[in-house]
Amino acid sequence: MSSKFEPRIVGFLCNWCSYSGADLAGTSRVKYPPNVDIIRVMCSGRVDPTFILKAFEKGADGVLVCGCHPGDCHYAEGNYKAGRRIPLLKKMLSQLGIEEERLRLEWVSASEGERFAAVVRDMTEQVRKLGPFSGNGGGKNG
Amino acid sequence: MAKPKLALYWAAACGGCDVAVLDTNEKILDIAALADIVLWPIAVDFKYHHIETMKDGEIDLCLFNGAIRNSEQEKIARLLRSKSKVMVAFGACACFGGIPALGNLTNRAEIFERVYLEAPSNNNESKTVPLTQTKVAEGELELPEFYDTVMTLEQVVKVEYFIPGCPPPVDLILTAVNAFATNTLPPAGAIIASDKTLCDECEREKEDKKITKIVRPHQIVPDTKKCLLEQGIICCGPATRGGCGQRCLKVNMACRGCFGPPPGVIDQGAKMLSAIASIYQVNDEEGVSRLINEVLDPVGTFYRFGMADSMLKRKRIQKA
Repeated sequence: MSSKFEPRIVGFLCNWCSYSGADLAGTSRVKYPPNVDIIRVMCSGRVDPTFILKAFEKGADGVLVCGCHPGDCHYAEGNYKAGRRIPLLKKMLSQLGIEEERLRLEWVSASEGERFAAVVRDMTEQVRKLGPFSGNGGGKNG
Repeated sequence: MAKPKLALYWAAACGGCDVAVLDTNEKILDIAALADIVLWPIAVDFKYHHIETMKDGEIDLCLFNGAIRNSEQEKIARLLRSKSKVMVAFGACACFGGIPALGNLTNRAEIFERVYLEAPSNNNESKTVPLTQTKVAEGELELPEFYDTVMTLEQVVKVEYFIPGCPPPVDLILTAVNAFATNTLPPAGAIIASDKTLCDECEREKEDKKITKIVRPHQIVPDTKKCLLEQGIICCGPATRGGCGQRCLKVNMACRGCFGPPPGVIDQGAKMLSAIASIYQVNDEEGVSRLINEVLDPVGTFYRFGMADSMLKRKRIQKA
């Protein structure tokens, strides 16, 4: 029997909404797959595209970015910046042969523990279907 | 005392870097007076075997321009490295991959298919593509191996200094040559350019950077005094090292990024993408999709000179 591929997903969660949402999922004992390694950032607007490329470079199979719903950003407009950067980055990644589903931006509020769990469940299955991401290559013939 | 030995070489490049050395005009005579040129394929008639017979470290300074795209370039890079005391990545291609590294969006098979089989100007009925070895009646012929991926010089050999630019401006070339002549070279690893971003040095009037539309350079006649980015033209100044003398900006052309990332930036394209997305003033979905459509070619725009040096390096090769 072949063992099931377990994707490793890096999750950048904003301090004010989404991290609390994930926390709520935990304290409410909502079940979701353990495939997301969560990194707390102050704002989804702090997620530099470099972070996302670095995650992929270091072997992540997917990257999840979660921030406050539009209008709710603690810093007024950080999430809007994320809302522009991530789609543009997706377009660039697709030129580089990286499937769009490997990068996902979601709005999760502090009260949406169940929603966070649903996002993680859904993304884990999507990335599992895509299979492992083994880097873009490099060196002369790789 | 014997004059120091100088080698210049071109790999995957257009030849502009060699021309830039000639652009030093009468100063080229000073360079010739200062050093014995032992290899310079574009200008003097020395062969590889002359270099092969030299002792290790016998060449004092090697200015290497061009990226590494095939096995001959890699071989000569390694040869010159072992014979040279100081190796300089000269120009954007040697430093970051340059324009040739946009070939990393494809691979050898696709390039051969297009160039030798598909291109309408071809007359190639026998469907010949370059092979590294070919048997003919007279014996076996060899060609360098064409790689799938274009690499920077530093990805192949150790490099002491970097002189960026497409091509490097004359004043930086002379700065480097003078530093070499007077034994005042900076610590190894230095990039011979500015430590600021191009935006920092730019003299144009800058206000609040907020745009609602991206335009291509042919669509407007840009104001010569105002920030080009604020006029909606993608100018890579925020994510590009300065020191170029603002050659493009002075003729009303936006920066395309040939000086590579500024200090502290790992990935020039990611930073430039971030900057453009930040200043584009839309919040709704429709506006965001307009932004996505207006940036026609993100990789070609943000990694125009830096694909080989970027974090992802190339378009993904699906491994079986």
